Amino acid sequence: MDVSSDLKKTPLHALNLSLGARMVPFAGYEMPVQYAAGVMKEHLHTRAAAGLFDVSHMGQVTVRARSGDNADAARALETLVPVDVAGLPEGRQRYALFTNDEGGILDDLMIANRGDHFYVVVNAACKEADFAHMRAKIGEACELTLHDDRALVALQGPRAEAVLAELWADISSMRFMDVRACDLHDAGCIVSRSGYTGEDGFEISIPADLAETVCCRLLDHPDVLPIGLGARDSLRLEAGLCLYGNDIDTGTTPVEAGLEWAIQKARRRGGAREGGFPGASVILDQLENGPERRRVGLRAEGRAPVRAGAVLATDPEGEDVVGTVTSGGFGPNVDGPVAMGYVATASAEPGTPLYAGVRGKFLPVTVAAMPFVKNTFKR
Amino acid sequence: MLKFTEEHEWLKIEGDVATVGITTHAAEQLGDLVFVELPDVGATFEKGGDAATVESVKAASDVYCPLDGEIVEVNEAITADPSLVNSDPQGAGWFFKLKLANKADADGLMDEAAYKELVG
Repeated sequence: MDVSSDLKKTPLHALNLSLGARMVPFAGYEMPVQYAAGVMKEHLHTRAAAGLFDVSHMGQVTVRARSGDNADAARALETLVPVDVAGLPEGRQRYALFTNDEGGILDDLMIANRGDHFYVVVNAACKEADFAHMRAKIGEACELTLHDDRALVALQGPRAEAVLAELWADISSMRFMDVRACDLHDAGCIVSRSGYTGEDGFEISIPADLAETVCCRLLDHPDVLPIGLGARDSLRLEAGLCLYGNDIDTGTTPVEAGLEWAIQKARRRGGAREGGFPGASVILDQLENGPERRRVGLRAEGRAPVRAGAVLATDPEGEDVVGTVTSGGFGPNVDGPVAMGYVATASAEPGTPLYAGVRGKFLPVTVAAMPFVKNTFKR
Repeated sequence: MLKFTEEHEWLKIEGDVATVGITTHAAEQLGDLVFVELPDVGATFEKGGDAATVESVKAASDVYCPLDGEIVEVNEAITADPSLVNSDPQGAGWFFKLKLANKADADGLMDEAAYKELVG
């Protein structure tokens, strides 16, 4: 497990090391995969109390209309995503997808309306490509800034609100997907009530030089443990959330991925601003006619985890292959294997029995509704 | 006689039968195990063959057969409770007993001092 020195470090690197993190290369960064507690305890702790995640490797981008009118920035962003950006009120955030001309997904992201600009958070592995894509397509209309000067952390779990309220009482008035500026420990932060675990929680953008101070303050709280990328992955899997590069990519469309809820009415056929995003004809056709395959949840009957790459068949001999697992592992709160993958639409109904190829055997699995654990968002 | 492999297995050799498990170092590196798959009794393996599989929350890993031989007993206790491998890797968390094809092959494995040097 050599961690080479040309990897980038987050502003919380020294703190991560002091917390006993095991560091691994991830998306060009040296990132904590787990801390002293280990993946299992970190996962369970997040759902029982609160977990703090360093996600500073993700890309934070501000999009500011050169005209000075934020509506122009909304219009520009709508040429890249099938999402109603113009209808997003100030102080609110929405899940979005950069699509390509074939209807595939270039990345998934969050878009927040910050009043005089939009604030966008993209995946670490895609951020350079996303930034180039935005600059090429909307750089004329918008000033784009990639904020390497800010850290990003997530505080997730049922105790997150109470912990954060000790630093900033107003936090309790925020609803799921609200975004606000606030001072935490005299650091100018941007807080959104959102996350990647299925739990209530917050994502906090902090100026890099103050990130360690704010995080130490949060970690001082007895309910908070630092949580690595290992548990981040098992938490999002139990929550049924897509990992870009595994469950969605340029070869999958938003409709195949079951993300049509992210395409609001205004952008659909007959909507006020129908289409006008890359791949619109493919995606809007699929919305009307249904896709040939769907992303589904899978529960295994036994204890053996079914992992990414396993083929899915309708028969125990594995001859009639109808799909592939894209993410899978052990769900600590489910206390059993959980997975997701793509299957032909005819096999996508919850309750459908299938067989997953694991080490030369075909193990019985069942198509299951996601999330695998109930989400606890404060809507 | 206690021997170790570079793949982080230990062998306790009594006569021509070796009790095989993974080392404390390996168990720590893998993290909390959630699933163990053991070979069938009677199965034969060559050195380096995939004899067992262990899975943590994060990933699956193979446990290699440390020497040529035949499986004569497996530890079902660890399939029922994989956490035994984490709590007592070099005791109650043993994996299988291997009847060695050539007892002398064990001479080529590391002793405890050499293994400790390997894992630092």
